[in-house]
Amino acid sequence: MFKHEWLETNIGLLAVATMLAISIGGLVEIAPLFFIKGTVEKVDGVRPYTPLELRGRDIYQREGCYLCHSQMIRPFRDEALRYGHYSLAAESQYDHPFQWGSKRTGPDLARVGKKYSNEWMVQHLVSPRSLVPQSVMPNFPWLLTTQLDYSDIKERMRALRVTGVPYSLTKAEYDANVKKFGADTANMLDINQAEKNLVKQAQDGNYDGDRSNISEMDALVAYLQVLGTMVDFRKYDDDEFVKYR
Amino acid sequence: MTTTEIGSNEQYNFEVVKKFAFMSVVWGLLGMSVGVYIASELAWPFLNFDIPYITFSRFRPVHTSSVIFGFGGSALFATSYYIVQRTCQTRLVSDFLANFTFWGWTAAIALGDISYTLGYTQSREYAEMEWPIDILIEITWVVYLTVFVGTIMKRKQPHIYVANWFFLSFILATALLHTFNNLAVPISLFSMKSYSLFAGTQDAMTQWWYGHNAVGFFLTAAFLGMMYYFVPKQAGRPIYSYRLSIVHFWALSFLYMWVGAHHLHWTALPDWTSTLAATFSIMLLLPSWGGMINGIMTLSGAWDRLRTDPIMRFLIVALSFYGMSTFEGPLMALKDVNALSHYTDWTVGHVHSGALGWVAMVSFGSLYHMIPRIWNTKVWSEKLIGIHFWLATIGVLLYITAMWISGITQGLMWRAFDQYGNLQYSFVESVAAMHPLYVMRAIGGMFFLSGMLLMFINIMMTIRSGRQAPAYIAAPGNVSAASA
Repeated sequence: MFKHEWLETNIGLLAVATMLAISIGGLVEIAPLFFIKGTVEKVDGVRPYTPLELRGRDIYQREGCYLCHSQMIRPFRDEALRYGHYSLAAESQYDHPFQWGSKRTGPDLARVGKKYSNEWMVQHLVSPRSLVPQSVMPNFPWLLTTQLDYSDIKERMRALRVTGVPYSLTKAEYDANVKKFGADTANMLDINQAEKNLVKQAQDGNYDGDRSNISEMDALVAYLQVLGTMVDFRKYDDDEFVKYR
Repeated sequence: MTTTEIGSNEQYNFEVVKKFAFMSVVWGLLGMSVGVYIASELAWPFLNFDIPYITFSRFRPVHTSSVIFGFGGSALFATSYYIVQRTCQTRLVSDFLANFTFWGWTAAIALGDISYTLGYTQSREYAEMEWPIDILIEITWVVYLTVFVGTIMKRKQPHIYVANWFFLSFILATALLHTFNNLAVPISLFSMKSYSLFAGTQDAMTQWWYGHNAVGFFLTAAFLGMMYYFVPKQAGRPIYSYRLSIVHFWALSFLYMWVGAHHLHWTALPDWTSTLAATFSIMLLLPSWGGMINGIMTLSGAWDRLRTDPIMRFLIVALSFYGMSTFEGPLMALKDVNALSHYTDWTVGHVHSGALGWVAMVSFGSLYHMIPRIWNTKVWSEKLIGIHFWLATIGVLLYITAMWISGITQGLMWRAFDQYGNLQYSFVESVAAMHPLYVMRAIGGMFFLSGMLLMFINIMMTIRSGRQAPAYIAAPGNVSAASA
């Protein structure tokens, strides 16, 4: 007959029993997410971030944007009207770490890409209340005046490659990317061309309105402008994604 | 130095308890000051002053880390080291290792706070510290486990007192959570920057498994351990029900680990996971209330103490807030309620009714009980404790009332439709509607902070009088708290 006294008088037993009690929940809920196929939907268009977008995302994290802005639209009518199609797991499959957020002091940003012009984005980041008088968002003027440091862009991509993001180092990986994403995207994901790609995207995109240099603003706006734009929902029928839920 | 003090110093290691207790008050003052400041930034955005280091979004982790890990964590180290020595009637197994945990822990919080203002963050809520600091915490934590278990192993009592079960559960769970939630690949050995090993859905699940159990074990189980020693001690009565403590200990330890996914209702996390989490969240009400009932009923037959003893008041009101927020939690974990409450200030209010009402208040009570005893003196001013109690209570009530109103208002405004089926409000209209409530929240925070300031003064004066008059012998009935 089991007596609780055994546990109360033996620290080893108590520790083992406690470990057992606290391990089960996590095992049951987390481990299967890596194995159940339907956890992440099959959908076209989602690709890893380009070098410039990646640096923008780093700045998004650095400034703590996730503390006031979610990137996870829920399947409700009001959210569909306000933000767009509900977010798919597939859309954050290359997000290390995820940026779903937990609080909307400001609006959701999961589909903010292409909704505003670059000029609006820059002005809004430098001085939000000049465009939205009631906003409580801080000004981020230093993004425009700080040059983007992209000296370690290859290291960043290599670290992400270790976590499983398909940035390519070898010819074989590059070829696999061509097959999966097409040649244009595969070029962007090539770690060996990272710096060249970053500079070119910043120059072509001219996100901060100043082609003479690459500012942190260039990177952040490039990132914001791609959010939620990768999947073309016109290609899918309304019920397509329900089966994954 | 008198003989009595030397005697008790030989029996117990109170030096490390003193250091942690002192730092707890310091972190509390610092973390709550930052809290009031960032609350004010939301009410009056000019306070960001265009200075990157104090901008809301970089400052917020400074607040959460300083109060949760600095104030709460140091209070837990202090009280667990005090309790484990008292209840096992033995000295900590190693003074050196105990001291190591103090410096390791204090350095980790300080480095974390500095790194956030500089922009280094993993952007995982309540686990923002980057990888080098995570490693420092990991090492410190293993040493903590060693000191705690080692001390229990050389106990002079056959039984391990119930408070220690809770501390053990907290230490083991925190080790597990910290390790798996911080798996990351640094971009180089010489850079603070890293990327999390997991992505998207799996990463979100791991983070909120961590996030909610930081609440469940760091902010609940451990503080229940504190409660199980200081409530009976201060009341001078045994724990209400020994059986209840067993049942709710195991139920709490088992159930908590399942509920994290209720932070991810209606997201891209599969439905089965979040439904499971909602179910377990409701079940969790029972062990939570088991703990509350066990604590409050310990006072049965001595209710008059609430009129005369401000420390008792802190402890019992803490338990009441614990009961209230653990009722609110399962409610918010219901999918339909969560559809309204998620992403709003209601969550912030809920966290603070737990963090200010329960965690901070039970820590205040325990520190006020413990600090004069470890410094061999009497508390400098009982009256100030009474004032602190009322400032804290008014502060919490203002805070959570403001957040209930703003949270529910936000939720309702976001989903309101006009007669044509269009959205009735733009997002920024909901932001503008929050202004008076953000002001009220900041004022609530100021009340709470001013109480903390009184505590700081009171504790400093108490420590000073302890140093001046070491001959005074406090009389804590030495033996284990209240064997049941």
